Amino acid sequence: MDVSQYLEIFIDETSEHLQNLSQQLMSLEEEPGNSDTINEIFRAAHSLKGMAGTMGFKRMQNLTHVMENVFSEVRNGKMSVTAELVDVLFQCLDALESYLASIQQTSDEGTEDNESIIALLNKFLEGQPAEAKKEPAKKAEDKKPEVNTTSAATSTTVSNVAFSEFEVNAIKEAFEKGIKVYKLVVHVDENCILKAARAFLVFKSLEDLGEIIKSEPYVQDIEDEKFDFEFTLVFVTKESLEKVITTVENVSEIRKVDGEELTEVPQAGKKEEETVETVEPQEEKKTEVVKKEEKAVEKPKAAETAPAKGQTAGKPIVNRSVRVDIDKLDVLMNLVSELIIAKNSIVAANENAENAQGVTEHIEYLERVTTNLHESVMKVRMMPIETVTQKFPKMVRDLSKKLDKQMKLVITGEETELDRTVIDEIGDPLMHLLRNSADHGLETADVRISRGKDPVGNIELNAYQDGNNVVIEVKDDGNGIDVERVRDKALEKGSITQAQAEAMTDKEIIDLLFQPSFSTAKAVTDVSGRGVGLDVVKTKIESLGGDIEVKTKLGEGSTFIIRLPLTLAIIQALMVELGDEIYAISLGSIETIEDVNISEIKYVQSKEVINLRGSVIPIIRLGQVLDIESEETENLTVVVVKKGDRSAGLVIDKLIGQQEIVIKSLGKYINNSKLISGATILGDGEVALILDVNTLV
Amino acid sequence: MDNKLIGTDTTQYIVVKMGVEQYGIDIKYVDNIVRMQKITRVPKAQKWFDGVINLRGEIIPVMNLRRKFELEEVENTDKTRIIVLKPDNQGSIGVIVDRVKEVVTLGSESIEKAQTDMKDEKSKYISSVGKQGDELITILNINGVLDIN
Repeated sequence: MDVSQYLEIFIDETSEHLQNLSQQLMSLEEEPGNSDTINEIFRAAHSLKGMAGTMGFKRMQNLTHVMENVFSEVRNGKMSVTAELVDVLFQCLDALESYLASIQQTSDEGTEDNESIIALLNKFLEGQPAEAKKEPAKKAEDKKPEVNTTSAATSTTVSNVAFSEFEVNAIKEAFEKGIKVYKLVVHVDENCILKAARAFLVFKSLEDLGEIIKSEPYVQDIEDEKFDFEFTLVFVTKESLEKVITTVENVSEIRKVDGEELTEVPQAGKKEEETVETVEPQEEKKTEVVKKEEKAVEKPKAAETAPAKGQTAGKPIVNRSVRVDIDKLDVLMNLVSELIIAKNSIVAANENAENAQGVTEHIEYLERVTTNLHESVMKVRMMPIETVTQKFPKMVRDLSKKLDKQMKLVITGEETELDRTVIDEIGDPLMHLLRNSADHGLETADVRISRGKDPVGNIELNAYQDGNNVVIEVKDDGNGIDVERVRDKALEKGSITQAQAEAMTDKEIIDLLFQPSFSTAKAVTDVSGRGVGLDVVKTKIESLGGDIEVKTKLGEGSTFIIRLPLTLAIIQALMVELGDEIYAISLGSIETIEDVNISEIKYVQSKEVINLRGSVIPIIRLGQVLDIESEETENLTVVVVKKGDRSAGLVIDKLIGQQEIVIKSLGKYINNSKLISGATILGDGEVALILDVNTLV
Repeated sequence: MDNKLIGTDTTQYIVVKMGVEQYGIDIKYVDNIVRMQKITRVPKAQKWFDGVINLRGEIIPVMNLRRKFELEEVENTDKTRIIVLKPDNQGSIGVIVDRVKEVVTLGSESIEKAQTDMKDEKSKYISSVGKQGDELITILNINGVLDIN
């Protein structure tokens, strides 16, 4: 059986179900009696089991089967939800996740049977042996009437088929050759999860025997799962009807196949005569009945899910989404990039043109189009940060058990959207920061009580948009960073000298934490303390074009603030001239532009500074940094840039103006200590380099 | 002579001139050959990089081969070319050469492995020496020249 083409769907859906299970288990732990949650869990486990079975992942199926049994006991009120049970269930989730990871990598579930977990679950089940036995019987009862009604409704259904001329000819031809034509109505099991996969297997098995000349609904619709639980095929073969039927029924999760042999050539464009008179009226009624039943079944479902979702503060019931291949998006993105380059060339041409009026109008239009196009493409690439944060509550729960500290995680602004590439990368750094807060930040319960704090530690993850940036804060109300201890540690490690240590401000000391191999944890734990934490976080965030800073107060807690650009590919930039070279500075990092007379420059520790409306900021001669010779003038143009809460004034020769630029990578060959973050192509085809302000400030 | 090559392993090389010496570049690495154009300097880059160029919308770093080989530097002429190389699994990169002479096909029997002198840093740039008639062509080890491990 080849189900590999469904593997991707399976992986996607399984991870969705696992995510859902994990969330529901969390809320179940909070209110063990909530029947909506229990139902939701039961359904997710059941779907998982079905899907794993379909794909032939036996071990995964076994585990989910036992889980399902447990949930069904809970659902029937025969088992109460205890903390131990939830723990074991979380273990199950971890096990399932490792199956999934293995499937993702090798398309095989691996060989881990997870017998110990299954045994544990069974122990819970055995706790109520009498009830456990009753359960399957009851289940069967539940199902039976359902099956009966539906089979009654569909068993005699040999639906009517309208034939096209081509198909009629094919049938005629078959008759002439003495080949048999059968009409098959295939009923797929109602519990089947991957209907399309099943249908595909039916098609495949039939193709070995003969030729399918017609299918209703169309094959395409069947592949898209646009059918209920049955579909009709007209099949030309030399084999007997019995053989055909058994072949199809051998495909698993095919409940039943009704077949009949066609003896007359049907007429094109009309419903088949024999069945029209007798079956049609009945048929219509029956489908109506089936539909009503379906509706009746659907309604309570919807009613059940609505309140459950309602609790999680106004999240959309169903996340409507289109799966788009990231490669396709990248192509689209490149097209937009080119469009912008083209626009820039018109702008350049216009400046030289005599007849400027007409061109200007076109340019304005083009500009509007490109801006809109850019925005809409960016929106396609945007994903809510929720996709990464939703695994955090469980992680914090695990940490809480592991570290034996009480803590709770509050997440806000999950709907904040970020570029897909950023979303993919930001998970690990955030996880690191949360672990840090849990391990280093929060104190143990007794310490917290002695300090007059709530014994339960608070970790907050707040995301929000701030201009062209998205800010993510990881905040805890724990101990905060002990600057003196960091200082001592740095001295001990020899990272700084005694003199340096005394001269450094608290902020500079805290920045040492972001140096490679620096950890203040007294002992290396499972969770953190190996000293490969914050520097990796910082590197990752900077590679995404963002930056990170810390605010901390000893005894009150610390906040890590991550700032990320909304988009990566296209930015608004200020173009500046230095000598005869043009550089771009991201508008997002520019605070103001000032004209400074040379007499206003003061010296602090032999470094140039200016006093700008009360705050002293250092001056950086960009020409010197970039090895450009430029003449000294009386009045300097200073671009004031900021990084976090630090500012600096960059001295440039001339301002050119604001422009939307497409960021291109310089590649890996040139290594220039991060001074240049990329390049862009100007309207006249020349290359301008983009300055990375973060490394200058 | 051409007939002799049939049936043996042959490789095509682009022969470029650098002063009096000629170097061969395996044609499988060559993506494009373009005329000299405006190169944008990249500050603080390695000294053998002249900067970057815009090649049909792509930014491509350009290496000055003379500087890399520590040869005497010369003015650009209208024969100066940028050969755009595309090494396996790496981005494109341009190298500046004095001029492009021709494309030759060399059989394995006319190529001799270069003697590697471990003391000489530059020996990693050379993979072998090809003979064509009575001329010698130094065949470049592209990964060595571009510092790709």
